[in-house]
Amino acid sequence: MIRFILSRLVQSLAALAILSVVVFVLARTTGDPLHMILPMSATAEDYANARQYLGLDRPYIEQYFSFVGKALTGDFGTSLRARRPVMELIQERLPNSIRLAVFAMGVSLAFAFPLGILAAVWKGTNLDRTAQVIAVLGQSLPTFWVAIVLVEFVAGRLQWLPAGGISGWSSYVLPGFTLGWFVVAGLMRLLRSGMLEVLDSEYVKLARVKGVVEHRVIWLHALRNALVPVVTFAGIYFSILVTTAIVVETVFAWPGLGRLAYDGISSRDFPVIQAVVLTTAAIVAVVNLGVDCLYALIDPRIRYAR
Amino acid sequence: MAIDPGTAERAAGGLAVPERDVTAAAARRRRLPLLPLAIIGVFVLVAILAPVLSPADPLSQSLRNRFKPPVWMEGGSTAHLLGTDRLGRDILSRIIWGSRVSLAAGVVTVLIASAFGAAVGLVAGYYGGRTDAALMRITDATMSFPVILLALILAVTVGPSFTNVVVAIAVILWARYARVIRGQVLTLMSLDFIAQARIAGAGAWRIITRHLLPNTLNTLVVLVTLQVGYVIIVEASLSFLGAGIPPPTPAWGSMIAEGREFVTSAWWASAIPGLAILAVVLAFNLLGDWLRDTLDPKLRQL
Amino acid sequence: MPSPVIEIRDLHTHIVTRWGTIRAVDGVSFSVGEGETLGLVGESGSGKSMTCLSVVRLIPRPAARITRGAVLLDGEDLVPKSEREMQRIRGRKIAMILQDPMSSLNPVFSVGMQVREPVALYHGLRGRRLTARAAALLGSVRIPSPEARLRAFPFQMSGGMRQRVVGAMAIAAPPRLLIADEPTTSLDLTIQAQYLGLLQELQSRHRLAMIFITHNLGIVSRICDRVAVMYAGRIVETGPVRQIFKSPAHPYTQALLESIPRLGDRRERLTAIEGQPPDLARLPGGCAFAPRCPYVMDRCRAEAPPQLAVAPGQVSACWRHASA
Repeated sequence: MIRFILSRLVQSLAALAILSVVVFVLARTTGDPLHMILPMSATAEDYANARQYLGLDRPYIEQYFSFVGKALTGDFGTSLRARRPVMELIQERLPNSIRLAVFAMGVSLAFAFPLGILAAVWKGTNLDRTAQVIAVLGQSLPTFWVAIVLVEFVAGRLQWLPAGGISGWSSYVLPGFTLGWFVVAGLMRLLRSGMLEVLDSEYVKLARVKGVVEHRVIWLHALRNALVPVVTFAGIYFSILVTTAIVVETVFAWPGLGRLAYDGISSRDFPVIQAVVLTTAAIVAVVNLGVDCLYALIDPRIRYAR
Repeated sequence: MAIDPGTAERAAGGLAVPERDVTAAAARRRRLPLLPLAIIGVFVLVAILAPVLSPADPLSQSLRNRFKPPVWMEGGSTAHLLGTDRLGRDILSRIIWGSRVSLAAGVVTVLIASAFGAAVGLVAGYYGGRTDAALMRITDATMSFPVILLALILAVTVGPSFTNVVVAIAVILWARYARVIRGQVLTLMSLDFIAQARIAGAGAWRIITRHLLPNTLNTLVVLVTLQVGYVIIVEASLSFLGAGIPPPTPAWGSMIAEGREFVTSAWWASAIPGLAILAVVLAFNLLGDWLRDTLDPKLRQL
Repeated sequence: MPSPVIEIRDLHTHIVTRWGTIRAVDGVSFSVGEGETLGLVGESGSGKSMTCLSVVRLIPRPAARITRGAVLLDGEDLVPKSEREMQRIRGRKIAMILQDPMSSLNPVFSVGMQVREPVALYHGLRGRRLTARAAALLGSVRIPSPEARLRAFPFQMSGGMRQRVVGAMAIAAPPRLLIADEPTTSLDLTIQAQYLGLLQELQSRHRLAMIFITHNLGIVSRICDRVAVMYAGRIVETGPVRQIFKSPAHPYTQALLESIPRLGDRRERLTAIEGQPPDLARLPGGCAFAPRCPYVMDRCRAEAPPQLAVAPGQVSACWRHASA
């Protein structure tokens, strides 16, 4: 088991390393940040000085290694635009994104599990049909459209919930719901199809033959076997929630990582761009690692196969 | 048609689950999904015939005609069946022209990504070992990169354009195909017919193209269909953020962005493009589901 | 004669499908006494598994229904019982061993958990006493080092060993009736013999009534006392094994026995039964075997024959045995 975790850890680090190079290159291709920072009247000499001050005149290789070196100690440099350490900016924004993602994920799981499982158990009933409709719609509706509509109606007209920003529990609801909508759809389908397959299996038949009570057959014997693909996708979805919440954050004025990235890109703020992408990748890697460990817990065959 | 007792027993024997609708489900599987196909067909036709079908010039503005409602509402007229937007442009025409963008983006991106991804998956699965491990590391790293971020960066560096959208999405989307196809190839490799082909002297290229590829086509088709909808939504999201197709070319996503502040007053400016997206994506998803049920039910998790 | 443990009277189970209503069990009657083993023989689709699934009421509802008949367990009819009551009967009074050991054990739970479950359920034991009883059960089916095995997972065991575990779970109560649905079909030949021996031992120790479903007449001759031959959802012949093998009365039984090649036979071709098994949704009126029977008469096609006595203890559903 330990070996399993270690090997996955190494793989994640390798992936991160590759990513850091890519990010470094990409950030530099966004153009010259100095155009955005220095006033129009700046002279060539001002540019040269600024370049030197910011360390942008050193050879690329040097810049890369200094970037990596500092990153490992948590120093992502200083935002070219905001003149503050990037780490600070991230520390301000990241928790907001994570909180929103966790909230959205939690709500989605709370809906997806019972719906998906019961849709399978009561296959063909109205509940099942409703669930399937929700699932298909969830994956076909564009998130930002739902977001806009919600902001206008629920927040604007009906005034039930706040339209944006963070202001206590109620402000999580709309963005969380918008984000979680498609997760519910995906997970519910997975659960339904997984459960349908498992409920058909010989070992479930045997459990019933043994006289095990039906709800135990479903929630213990059957569900455990249907979980592995669900866990995989839950992990993927969580990563998606954190990393691509840009759109939702824009509509709901949520001060998270997505907005930071958007602003950083528009102002060619290298350090910010690099830091955001790397942080994102790190989160994804951590989540994947967690997912892999969960697998091993759920399915003993994976534990022993490694 | 006489059913053999084996089928009967199988139909009844294994199941102890309340099965309300044995018949309807099986029947559904056989029928072609007419509605989704019709919707897709309509939009494809519309996209191709846009110059002919479009009642007005999608770019012509008329500040006098701002926010005219659709024809069935008070104040609407047949001149603008679906109303006009913030700048007085005819919405119906913009929807028609916008379908070109969305469909083209969806189809082209998915074709590129699937071709490349399948190739990687086939090679990785066939060669195995270090090649496989290396390719999978790259694949994993790619999959974890947020699409929208990349598109934003491209939009900012090179400037927003159709090509950038396609490139940004395809560059990350291929990884998904690579993973799935590789999984399939691994299963196929353990089957005897590959070993036999090898013994008969077939080289790598031959085995991959003549033996492995045809057996993964089912999966590819299903995956491709299901992904078109996803790509269309991503393209719309990018256009919404301003990083997609640049104005003034009509794109459904940017239409929604433009109508954003007027959702309660001139709701049609945002609602109608939203519905268009919903219709197309829904159609592709339903078609993909049907294909999956028919071709390869084991792909349930996709 | 002591009253039988299980008695099935004129059982009918119908399944509604889009091809029509399948009469999977079409008027089946037999009984099994304590310590007795009844072999249930027939081709696939003949209704042997469905009959036994009907006994424990694990038929796919609501498409499948018991439409007529009674299933008497120690004199008590199971058919009108509710699902809750049936849950209490399954495992405790009637146990079943399924065919494929590779798939009958839940892959994600340890063997110990799966064996403890019925013991806890039937006997209310917990903790160390539960574990001890579970280990003892494994021991009684001749599994070596049972305590260690409790912690193992199914994928770590061979087919034969898994089938023993299933056997252990089956006798956890112990039940009155054990139904074994082709338990040895997926096992290696050498393991098969061992397993059959184990089943016989368990039966004599717990005085079980046993129904052994199989299509293998060789196994029937080894461990069954009586045999019932099924065709198209009906029982065509019942009787003591020795007797049936020596002088089969029903044409179908005869054909089955004929088709087994024997050592020393000087035939060039194997004998097969003419024709195809019938469409269970469109059974002909009259005898189901009539289309393929070499002795068919007009009466056979018109009327379905009842069980007619042929010899002491042996009945056959064939008009040839009617005295009239």
